[in-house]
Amino acid sequence: MKRRHFLQLASCWPLASGALLPTASLSWAAAPSGTRYRNLLVLIELKGGNDGLNTLVPYANPTYYGLRPKLAIARDQVIQLSDSAGLHPALEPLLPLWKARQLAVLQGVGYPDPNLSHFRSIEIWDTASGSEQYLQDGWLTRTFAAVPTPVEFAADGVIIGSPDLGPLAGGGTRAIALANAEQFLRQARLAVPEGQTPNLALRHILKVEADIMQAASHLNADYAFRTEFPTGGFGNAIKTACQVIANQAGVAVVRVTLTGFDTHSGQLATQARLLGELANGVVALKSALDELGRWNNTLVLTYAEFGRRPKENLSAGTDHGTASVHFALGGRVAGGLYGEQPALSGLSGDGNTGFAIDFRGVYATVLDRWWGVPSAEPLGGRFAPVALLRA
Amino acid sequence: MPLLTSMRQLTVFLVFCAACLALPAMASAPLSYDDARHLLNRTGFGATDAEIRRFTGMSREDAARKLLATTRTVAAMPPPAWTAQSGPLRYPRAGADASEMERKQFQQEQIREGLQLRGWWVNEMLTTPSPLTERMTLFWHNHFVSSQQKVRLAELMYRQNVTLRANALGHFGDLLHAVARDPAMVIYLDNARNRKGTPNENFAREVMELFTLGEGNYSEQDIKEAARAFTGWSLDRDSGNFVFRPLIHDYGTKSVLGRTGNLDGDDVLDALLAQRATAEFITRKLWREFVSPDPDEAQVKRIANRFRDTRYDIKVALYELLTSDAFYAKEHRGVLIKSPIDLVVGTLKQFDMRPSEPVPFAVAAAAMGQNLFSPPNVKGWPGGEVWINSSTLLARKQFLDRMFRADDPAGRAAMAPEAMAPVSGQVVATGAVQETDTQRQIRFMRAMDRGFRSVQFESATWLTDLHATDATRVDAATRLLLAYPPQSPPDPASEPLAMVRHIVLDASYQLK
Repeated sequence: MKRRHFLQLASCWPLASGALLPTASLSWAAAPSGTRYRNLLVLIELKGGNDGLNTLVPYANPTYYGLRPKLAIARDQVIQLSDSAGLHPALEPLLPLWKARQLAVLQGVGYPDPNLSHFRSIEIWDTASGSEQYLQDGWLTRTFAAVPTPVEFAADGVIIGSPDLGPLAGGGTRAIALANAEQFLRQARLAVPEGQTPNLALRHILKVEADIMQAASHLNADYAFRTEFPTGGFGNAIKTACQVIANQAGVAVVRVTLTGFDTHSGQLATQARLLGELANGVVALKSALDELGRWNNTLVLTYAEFGRRPKENLSAGTDHGTASVHFALGGRVAGGLYGEQPALSGLSGDGNTGFAIDFRGVYATVLDRWWGVPSAEPLGGRFAPVALLRA
Repeated sequence: MPLLTSMRQLTVFLVFCAACLALPAMASAPLSYDDARHLLNRTGFGATDAEIRRFTGMSREDAARKLLATTRTVAAMPPPAWTAQSGPLRYPRAGADASEMERKQFQQEQIREGLQLRGWWVNEMLTTPSPLTERMTLFWHNHFVSSQQKVRLAELMYRQNVTLRANALGHFGDLLHAVARDPAMVIYLDNARNRKGTPNENFAREVMELFTLGEGNYSEQDIKEAARAFTGWSLDRDSGNFVFRPLIHDYGTKSVLGRTGNLDGDDVLDALLAQRATAEFITRKLWREFVSPDPDEAQVKRIANRFRDTRYDIKVALYELLTSDAFYAKEHRGVLIKSPIDLVVGTLKQFDMRPSEPVPFAVAAAAMGQNLFSPPNVKGWPGGEVWINSSTLLARKQFLDRMFRADDPAGRAAMAPEAMAPVSGQVVATGAVQETDTQRQIRFMRAMDRGFRSVQFESATWLTDLHATDATRVDAATRLLLAYPPQSPPDPASEPLAMVRHIVLDASYQLK
């Protein structure tokens, strides 16, 4: 009942708010449409909920070591970034980016009244909704509805290595899901032109066929990178992402997924492996984008449904938590620590931390500062951007 | 005499009136060919023309009763031989004790057995006398999700499948209690690690959010307390059987959904079953499986009440759904997107193709996003429009293209050049641990190719069985194969194979 109500609201909302904000609309409508989305956004989803506390370790805090007798990362293991915070040792490959001040570490990214369900919480992140608000379209879907990408773009966004479209879900976007760019192009000849139908399921299928044809007619997958990409699923996903980005016909967003962070048990080995894959993947991405001359107009952001509970469980793992640490990287990122470490002394009744940065503030940074798209409309309100980009 | 006559007339009249009033409840109009096709495709996989004709002319009620009377509790096909081996489970020795070789061997053994298991189930779906049994077993697999990715042992995934089938059309309460003790589930949702003192909440959370109540019908406190009630529900590592460990069970007082006391896991499950929300949650999910993407809330409440009042008799809920006006409504025809299993098994069945090796077809469904025994996460495959994105749609079309290609050996060879590479016979036979990834991939591709070659579509025979003349064959084939009008109708003058290819590559073939 409640959901239906919100869906109805959401469906009529772009029109209503457009009428309310004519001046804001005019400023961007005048800007040349081709340029803003040349600033590329790469989203990396840490699916399952990465443990932020062992990603950016509060190594000077005795409470941390008290909460994690088995899982704590020893002080002499962490890569110290400040006198209180240090990176997980598996993230060592990112150190050169930190030293070059192109890595921003966002501490305590979350939202009020957090939900601990994987599915509901990622829906909140993907739709940029409030905790009790149900929206249908992803935050990027709403963004591209308000300010479309240029028609000559191969697609609005490309989704690699995951079946769900996440922030690109919902009607209207031209989103392409890929496992492998070459295979995609080989198979695309089987798509047929779009038709018209009142059947919603069929309409979806026909739209996907049309998107395939549009993308296939603009993409190549034959760029010869000098960069060596890591082996394994995530390394392949990064390579596919780079093949897509290498094309002249643009895309505004690439989303890749690294999965397996739901570490209810045996966390140490699993998280170390995953963070290593993440770090090596990002380093390869940077190197490939340098080859293309794109690193300076690329912004890489990590996100996840939630972090994990500060107190470890008896299975040498951690249960679902709330706020977590995330990374922003790119040639125009102003490196450093943002937000603040979650207070471990004043945990909530269910043992979780508060948050320091609203994730919608991070999205506002992308919209207002990276693309120059007014964020209030797609985000359904005003959220303070994080000053993580160089002027 | 006139009085008598009029009395008799009155009686006749009254009986007639009573009959008229009772008529809608007694029997509805007989099923047309399209109605019967709709019923069989929604409750099974790709009905054949002959099957549809057997149900044409029945009343809705008789048809539903017939489907529900012939369900099974065990599979008809014999399972892979290794499921009959007794003795302890074959784990690799823990951690540092195991050599790299042993670990690799264990991993490959599980992959091989997992593939055999997938092939066995695909074959069961294809050949079972009761497709509804397999559809419901698959439905519960996607409800009470466990994945071999985490459970690892194919043996335990098989046992869970047996449990799901045994209760697939029984009582939901029995199924819930059985699943909570299922070894694969105990591993998958970490209950094996749920101990007094530091409970692991994973199972307690998902049993409420995904298995019974649905989100919003419980509190975080309910989860914490329920987790304590499930402490000690574990499994014996040697036999792989469920075991209750009293030493790590929390015997303290808990309070879940208003029930307070020294609750154990069964008490919590009963508390969940007592909630109206559970009956409605399951009914809504059944509606989306069988009827349409948008459940009618008034109907859901009505059916959920019947469901709960009959101790959650799954057949009662299905009978209500399968005889409803909504099920047969015109606006609900062809509005569901076929799952990869619907597409793969349905295509094989509908075209009388019986592969000698079913594993490649399970792998084909996996490439389209539905890897049996390995759903993506505890919420299962979301289904609906999520089945179709650019990558999965192309995988579907490639599969169909391959199945209905003209039988041109040169063309087939060109299709999979990797499959033609020379490999040593020994590697193929033994799957030696030492083989490289490339060798293994080649061996796998060859096996896939053999599987695909083992089925052949005989267009002439198939059309003969359809009882169609040259003049009617396009109509007959379209009516059998498509739940929704084609986007581009086939040319009546085209060759039989080309016509069928055209129909299955039409976007409407993705609908059911």
